[in-house]
Amino acid sequence: METLTKEKTEVQKDKSIRVTGSEALLMALIAEEAKIIFGYPGGAIMPVYDKLMDYELQHKLKHILTRHEQGAIHAAQGFARVSGKTGVCFATSGPGAANLITGIADAFLDSTPVVCFTGQVYSHLLGSDAFQETDIVGISMPVTKWNFQVRRADEIPEAVAKAFYIAKSGRPGPVLIDLTKDAMLNELDFSYKKVDKIRSYIPVPETKQYEFEKAVELINSAKKPLALVGQGVILAGAEKELEEFVDKTGIPVASTLLGLSALPSEHPLFTGMLGMHGNVAPNVKTNEADLLIALGMRFDDRVTGKVDTYAPNAKKIHFEIDKAEVNKIINVDVAVLGNIKQTLPLITNLVNENCHEVWSNSFIPYKDEEKRRVINKELYPYNGKISMGEVIRNINETLNGEAVLVTDVGQHQMIASRYFNFKNKRSLVSSGGLGTMGFGLPAAVGAKFGAPDKNIVLVSGDGGFQMTLQELGTIAHNKLPVKMIVLNNNYLGMVRQWQELFFDERYASTSITSPDFVVLASAYGIKGEHVHSHNELVEAMQRLWNCDEPYLLEVHVAKKGNVFPMVPAGAPVDRMVFGDEK
Amino acid sequence: MYQEYTITVFSENHIGLLNRITLNFTRRKLNIDSLTVSESAIKGIYKFTIVVYCSKQTIINLVKQIEKQIDVIRAFYLTPDEILHQEIAMYKIATSALLETNEIEGIIRQFNARILEMTKGYTVIEKTGHKAETQELFEKLQPYGVLQFVRSGRVAITRLKKELLSNYLRKLENKQSVLV
Repeated sequence: METLTKEKTEVQKDKSIRVTGSEALLMALIAEEAKIIFGYPGGAIMPVYDKLMDYELQHKLKHILTRHEQGAIHAAQGFARVSGKTGVCFATSGPGAANLITGIADAFLDSTPVVCFTGQVYSHLLGSDAFQETDIVGISMPVTKWNFQVRRADEIPEAVAKAFYIAKSGRPGPVLIDLTKDAMLNELDFSYKKVDKIRSYIPVPETKQYEFEKAVELINSAKKPLALVGQGVILAGAEKELEEFVDKTGIPVASTLLGLSALPSEHPLFTGMLGMHGNVAPNVKTNEADLLIALGMRFDDRVTGKVDTYAPNAKKIHFEIDKAEVNKIINVDVAVLGNIKQTLPLITNLVNENCHEVWSNSFIPYKDEEKRRVINKELYPYNGKISMGEVIRNINETLNGEAVLVTDVGQHQMIASRYFNFKNKRSLVSSGGLGTMGFGLPAAVGAKFGAPDKNIVLVSGDGGFQMTLQELGTIAHNKLPVKMIVLNNNYLGMVRQWQELFFDERYASTSITSPDFVVLASAYGIKGEHVHSHNELVEAMQRLWNCDEPYLLEVHVAKKGNVFPMVPAGAPVDRMVFGDEK
Repeated sequence: MYQEYTITVFSENHIGLLNRITLNFTRRKLNIDSLTVSESAIKGIYKFTIVVYCSKQTIINLVKQIEKQIDVIRAFYLTPDEILHQEIAMYKIATSALLETNEIEGIIRQFNARILEMTKGYTVIEKTGHKAETQELFEKLQPYGVLQFVRSGRVAITRLKKELLSNYLRKLENKQSVLV
């Protein structure tokens, strides 16, 4: 704040023009090439919306009115995740700002670059419990990478420039700028300079030469190496560099939930997903490996299972941009700090070509066992009800991977992540770290704006869909051809599964009644249909994709289906349960 | 093993930064034993000295998370043998108690304390030292009636031959800007 204004007064006056704070904000957004804003108006932010109307008429900016501020922030996240750009959202003071918090927390845990602008009461009213006043800077502090309250119009250009720089650089994350109403209304001399440096902030830590050398040595001498891919690879745009590394070294690859789509599912060295509901082979092999190469991932507890027994035989190399992640959960032998897009190719150049045939082949029996005991039953159920996996298989068969998968949170999320055919990069949008139910539908809205030429398929559950179903209004209003598939099992399935397995089948508050989602969609003017049988599914899927409008399928799936295999909470990763044990 | 650590944080002077720093303690349910904040030798740069009892693993992660805050320039932790530190304490006693006996004068001498102010009603004694020393003086004075007692947070200076912050800052400012 103080230093901001100090530096601010030194801008060249000759290039500046006299505008209001509101206009300065919008001009700054244009300078940052942030053309699409997701938001919801209200009292304190009205001066900005008033100016925004002019900019919309001139097609300089586009505002998407969501039906709830939580929808706006999730849409901004979905936009950012598919496009690699920074998502932007607007909300008013008080409740508007507070409604953003869940999404901000989600973006914080999943390192998503978003910049939120919230209105605030007049600066002379701050601290007086004025109408719709809330201390959003205080509230959002634990879940933002940076936040700032603008109280003077002339602070706006630099605050915005810093916000965009901080949100996107280094390990990305959410930033919140709170603007008092008088800062929007007062005038300033506007000139804009992008920020590319902040003294106290080192976005990309220095890479130490000897760490490179140690990493190369470990990779060259490893007999049983396993590469663990996280979202860091995607955030750095290092998918190609990853593939080159893998192809040269012949090292099998496993992915975290958010790392999915960094490497195509069909790549011969891709062995599947890690963690609680991941695949058997990479989980078991984690504990057999003599070297783990962690690429932009953070050893989340859903990935490691019981930490004490995690990868006991392996040396560990951690490629990481955030210094604070190194040795946080798992102590590593080598930390290659820096941007993986730059560090990984250097390693690839130095390591020996290899193929690790015996080691790679040792994954096959586990893969086959998982297929036999879980996957085949899930994808090709022979009795009555439709399974969740069958729906995902149908999506794969219809689209051959040409889609972006957006999920909500729960059983359907795990099934979709396990079975979806990821072909293109950035083709998964899912709430990982925070596990936010209600994320899916609004994130799909944002994803469609972020990747208008791609097929966007939302796979949601009956529980999560109801948490933010008001965004059907946003879809209808914008005629967004988002394809929605609600997997309805009349339960909060993931919690019910845990109740079945760990709470003596006591189904406390997990049986849920839902509206007829097809009728609900039609109330918004959105087409849709129910799917009850295997045959209906194939045909309905065709109609879903052939329609150039939004479309909703409510698929009635088996009520008590479970996601297997699984690593029970707190168990070692190589003790997976298949669900067919007696 | 739990032990005492002194955390030193150098930061820009931004409103709310104290909050951002203490949040890292709150979420781990760590009690801050003492906290002082003041401008450092370099204008505009503030220094936080925080004393905390925790394990080694906790302090390592904690300091990394603090340093990760955008406006924090540098943060590090030190063990008791790596620092020189002082606290200041003030004691208010009734002047009558001082006048009735010459024992208090003896205690003041013995503790190397000094009298800051004396009025008809009260006398204020000041003592700098470690917590144990200021505490001991408090206990010695207590029989004569201590009307008020305050102790400051810790200020600390390192014994280590560390890079000077001003040099570090120069290095930061000259560093090529790295985008993304």
